[in-house]
Amino acid sequence: MSKILIVAEHDGTTLNQATARAVTCARQIPAAHVTVAVFAADPAAVAAAAAALVGVDAVVTVAHAANASPLAATLAPQVVALASGYTHVFAASTAFGKDLLPRVAALLGVPQISDAMAVVGAYSFKRPTYAGNAIVTLEAPADRTLVATVRSASFEPAAQGGSAPISAATVTADLPTHTRFVGLSASPKSDRPDLASAAKVVSGGRALASKENFNIVYSLAGKMGAAVGASRAAVDAGYASNELQVGQTGKIIAPDLYVAVGISGAIQHLTGIKDAKTIVAINKDPEAPIFEVADFGLVADLFVAVPEIEKALG
Amino acid sequence: MRKILVGVKRVVDYNVRVRVKPDGSGVALEGVKMSVNPFDEIALEEALRIKERGEAAEVVAVSIGPDDAQQQLRTALAMGADRAILVKVTDAVDPLVASRVLTEIAKKENADLVILGKQAIDDDAAQTAPMVAALWGRPQATFASKIEINGATAVVTREVDAGLETIEVDLPAVFSADLRLNEPRYVKLPDIMKAKKKPLDVVEFASLGVAADVGLKTTFVEPPKPRAKGIVVKDVAELVDALKKKGLV
Repeated sequence: MSKILIVAEHDGTTLNQATARAVTCARQIPAAHVTVAVFAADPAAVAAAAAALVGVDAVVTVAHAANASPLAATLAPQVVALASGYTHVFAASTAFGKDLLPRVAALLGVPQISDAMAVVGAYSFKRPTYAGNAIVTLEAPADRTLVATVRSASFEPAAQGGSAPISAATVTADLPTHTRFVGLSASPKSDRPDLASAAKVVSGGRALASKENFNIVYSLAGKMGAAVGASRAAVDAGYASNELQVGQTGKIIAPDLYVAVGISGAIQHLTGIKDAKTIVAINKDPEAPIFEVADFGLVADLFVAVPEIEKALG
Repeated sequence: MRKILVGVKRVVDYNVRVRVKPDGSGVALEGVKMSVNPFDEIALEEALRIKERGEAAEVVAVSIGPDDAQQQLRTALAMGADRAILVKVTDAVDPLVASRVLTEIAKKENADLVILGKQAIDDDAAQTAPMVAALWGRPQATFASKIEINGATAVVTREVDAGLETIEVDLPAVFSADLRLNEPRYVKLPDIMKAKKKPLDVVEFASLGVAADVGLKTTFVEPPKPRAKGIVVKDVAELVDALKKKGLV
């Protein structure tokens, strides 16, 4: 039997949906027993959310004042202490998971599988390389802990309606003091859906040409109830903030609908959207590579087309 | 601070669209343009700027790769690294192996800071910086978009999913460079000439006492599933109709 430990990602009060997607990945492993671990200053609310996910067999909480901030250096030794007795340690392949799990793997002395996108067997997974242009099947030894981050875009979130038991654990680990949390400058909270988990996303690229012009992306997204994304070129140029970047080095997303506005479609961007169910591309260059992956392509000046779309949506 | 170590990986150039070999054994690398991993260029640029501000004395570029990786190290030397070390391997190594090698060198060199790219654009693993930090028993600051050295500590701004996170770490530490940390300089011809005279040591992998096999096997490599061919719509009305039919708007 595979005993899988998933490190929950959260902001202190809310469980990140990426963790629910990692649960779905874990459940695809035959005869899996799935435990979600919540490291927090006060884990109650997050633990309750994790326990409510279908497919979670148990939730363990590790309450500690040092766990108020998600510092890899502080969390890794605790995860390692908790990991004995488990065959697998998972986390979502988000900034949090990418920061934490390699530290855990190295402390355990095992390699890591990054961005697991398909389960082949309990110790075999597929993962993307070369910006998604080569899919590699990896096999890890069964006699060691398997550490993996889970590519969120490849798995649906686990459903609500579970009722796993919650228990508190104490771990013995030396917590370093060499790393200190200073602050988080979060983007202003808005009513917009979260980019990583939104069903619809409208993204803008270099062709928007200015930060002011980028507002038409926000406007269309608002009309559609969509999240806003951006290409690397748009973020580098300062039209949009860094956490909106979609692509190989930004967020990998799989919405039902992705609307690319003025994005040419570099391979590094395409790898971030290939799993979208429907892709719409609006670009005035008919040769733009984005049209190779688009289900619906519109060759048009975005400054004319986007307001027209908004109008047509009523 | 005395010394900054920077990782320089030889990778397929970012403009190349790689092809998977038909037998599923890997990707075709023959005759493909190779470059310095773009994130490593950013890491090196940051190290050079720290040195140019008078906050470090020496920048050492390290690569783990075949003999040909000397080309990428020469590029690093032309950018401004003071010297280079190539740890010679014949086959690509797992990030855990690379991390063990870099940790050995960081200890041997008595480095005060290690800066790596946040990921390599070939395996996209994004593991090496946190692994080196763990093996070295030092702080890590991954996805750095701003680095401020204050004597024995550093304040680093990190690009995380919620926005920008700031942490303070004691040195020595390991940082990984994100896209917006800086814009790497262009190499000028006189610097390329000068780089030829800078020291580049070649170290045999076997001499470091690090095991090459960590048990992870690649059993198959395949191209991604292609998306079904789409259509070009003639105007906004047709587009909105199509999306309405699919229940998407």
